[in-house]
Amino acid sequence: MPDSLKAPSVKAALARFRRSHEFWLLAVILVLCAGLGAANPQFLTMQNLFDLLTSYAFVGILALGLLVVLIAGGIDISFTATASVAQYVALVIANAYGANWFSLFAMAIGTGVALGAVNALFVQKLRIPSIIVSVATLNIFYGLLIFVTGGKYIYSLPDWFATGIFWFEFDWGPTSSYGVNLQILILGIGFLVTWLLLNRTNIGRQVYAMGGNPDAAQRLGFHTFRLNMLVYCYMGAMAGAASLVQAQLAQSVAPTVLVGKELDVVAAVVLGGASLAGGVGTVLGTFLGLALLAVLQNGLILLGVSSYWSPLFVGLVILISVSVTAWSQRERRARRVRA
Amino acid sequence: MTPFLDMSRISKRFGGVHALRNVDLTLQTGEVHCLVGENGSGKSTLIKIISGVQAPEPGGRISIAGQDYPHLNPVRSTHCGIQVIYQDLSLFPNLTVAENIAIGQHLGGVRRVDWAAMSVIALNAMAKVGAEFDPDTKVAELPIAGRQLVAICRALAADAKLIIMDEPTASLTRHEVDALIALVSELKRAGMCIVFVSHRLDEVLEIAERVTVLRDGVKVGTFDADTIDSRKLSHLMTGHAFDYDIHPYRLAAAPVVLELQGLGRDGDYEDVDLTLRAGEILGLTGLLGSGRTELALSLFGMNPPDRGVILLDGQPVSLASNAEAIRKGIAYVPEDRLTLGLILDQSITSNITLTVLGRLAGRLGLITAGTRNGHVTQWVSRLGIKVSDPENPVKTLSGGNQQRVVLAKWMATNPRVLILDSPTVGVDISAKDGIYDIIRQLADAGVAVLLISDEIPEVLYHSHRVLVMRHGRLTLDVPSSQTSEPALRQAVNA
Repeated sequence: MPDSLKAPSVKAALARFRRSHEFWLLAVILVLCAGLGAANPQFLTMQNLFDLLTSYAFVGILALGLLVVLIAGGIDISFTATASVAQYVALVIANAYGANWFSLFAMAIGTGVALGAVNALFVQKLRIPSIIVSVATLNIFYGLLIFVTGGKYIYSLPDWFATGIFWFEFDWGPTSSYGVNLQILILGIGFLVTWLLLNRTNIGRQVYAMGGNPDAAQRLGFHTFRLNMLVYCYMGAMAGAASLVQAQLAQSVAPTVLVGKELDVVAAVVLGGASLAGGVGTVLGTFLGLALLAVLQNGLILLGVSSYWSPLFVGLVILISVSVTAWSQRERRARRVRA
Repeated sequence: MTPFLDMSRISKRFGGVHALRNVDLTLQTGEVHCLVGENGSGKSTLIKIISGVQAPEPGGRISIAGQDYPHLNPVRSTHCGIQVIYQDLSLFPNLTVAENIAIGQHLGGVRRVDWAAMSVIALNAMAKVGAEFDPDTKVAELPIAGRQLVAICRALAADAKLIIMDEPTASLTRHEVDALIALVSELKRAGMCIVFVSHRLDEVLEIAERVTVLRDGVKVGTFDADTIDSRKLSHLMTGHAFDYDIHPYRLAAAPVVLELQGLGRDGDYEDVDLTLRAGEILGLTGLLGSGRTELALSLFGMNPPDRGVILLDGQPVSLASNAEAIRKGIAYVPEDRLTLGLILDQSITSNITLTVLGRLAGRLGLITAGTRNGHVTQWVSRLGIKVSDPENPVKTLSGGNQQRVVLAKWMATNPRVLILDSPTVGVDISAKDGIYDIIRQLADAGVAVLLISDEIPEVLYHSHRVLVMRHGRLTLDVPSSQTSEPALRQAVNA
């Protein structure tokens, strides 16, 4: 390998990062954090950081599943219904027959995978656009759940589940102690597994390739059916895991509260730079998109702004961020044409 | 010496239709072989059989490097070193150059990605073709010629012994074509067999040692390239002789419709003076990037000039938008009909009526089905568009018929000036002939035509007067009858 080709690549990689969507997101988040920190000292505290991670874990885990689906060139919005079903199935069985952490997660994730497979079958075998399939399955899964359960909440959860976990406990200052709870643990595992899948396995790279040019992927001999199956089942698995994270935090199983939160998740992933056209998106971007969403919503509350304003600001930030990216890409293309 | 590939008695039927009938083909190691034929002649089917995508009818024989196979499949054919580079290149625009080249590494069951090994594979392949771009660039950021190199590198990285290129020059500039031809002969010296599928006969003859001609699923023959010329080749492909004569120039008396005086636009073109008379076909040629397309866009109101005057019927006009240009009777048929000229998924009817919706509308601005269909029927018959049902999407038509739909769409606006940018790209010979006929009829009816083309014979034989553009300036303005192919070629490339 000629050295001349290797030497400038670090510089080139840095230059590429400076042009990337992630760089701008990071800059915006840092500016926002500095501003909010100055306005309210409560914001930049350990306590608030852990609270944010805990309360946004549910959205974050779902965002990771959706990221993989978007990269593959599809979309899935049935995940809140999938999560509601998975939560109900796993905890009802746990209440009736007993379970432990492992079997509980196995049940929730298994339910999610099964429902994801339904989506994949319709998308791949009948070639129905995934948005339509998942709008339909969202309603079907949710409708069946409400019909079967009558929409009843479950408040009595197994004691070990209600207690949760608290690992790596450490003290910070005289009065407070922190540790890794279930939400932060699963969110962390989710990010690690998704990053490994997308960047370190050939299957993850096949997902990117299929999202970028499905015809070419097929000609090259990629098994697009299996890839789509994997992608929608992964989304289902993430929905299963997220559902338990949410139930543990809320200390209840509520079949009616999750459906309707889809757009928060879509917002986080799209803010993170994933493209609805497929092939584009990163785990880092999704993390930053999630962080921006969390900082924004939390910051508004800390600033004492009425929570009625929150959707307006979230909408504005999405619109501005997407416009800035589109505009800078157009500029770059125009410069290239002129050159 | 055993040939690399030897096929005999290859047939293929789709339903009752013979796509191929008893075709024999022999490809030698280290040979550049061209495959030519009109649309529907069986070229694509033959390629698909070689690449294993389709199986031939029983009774044929395929032998690769001395080994016999009843039929191939994609995996076996790749294994034997057969790689096809399709016209769309089948690259992944969202991935880097390196990953595209070494994409074969991703095949198979779950594995860790070895980024370092992929990078080595990519750099080795790039070194073989002398490609110099950054392997970490995304393919989407490369120009077409660069992407083609990536596709060739990918074939090399897959240990290709036979590379089949489908219409590789269709979207390249002349310089890029030259570079490709140089690369192909280098690969040939390294022992590679290369099959070139192309519509451009002069390129075919420039690059190939042997040419195999197919017509209606039957092999007409295999010829040594130095024993035939493009006229004979087109005769073999179509069964017709196409002899074109240079148009005599007899239009000095016709009124000037369009006149440009000192037109200039920074970075695009400079000092352009020209006159275009009613009924005249003015050919404009030059390399890609010489400013000819930019000039045409200026005349269509889409690229406003910085200096100079545009006169229409002797009156100065400012064309600020394409809507204004259309209103003033100027029509523009873009080069890329697939993305700019047609709405592929919509019906032939919708496409043809698109430019005249305002005129077809009755009271209340509504269009009746009768008016619409009448308009379409009239144009379909006038231009001889072969359609089974005008409600079918345009993409179901052949290239030649698609181009006629584009022409119909613009002719319906009754233009006084018609600008045609490369109207016969990707259209086969007989369909080309039909399009030339239409252009001539238009000119005879008094329309002033500006015909822009890469192909020198096209402007020479189908216009009254030829302009050559170089580096944004008109360097030659001569009646066709007073020039020749070599003279024009020199003016373009000098």
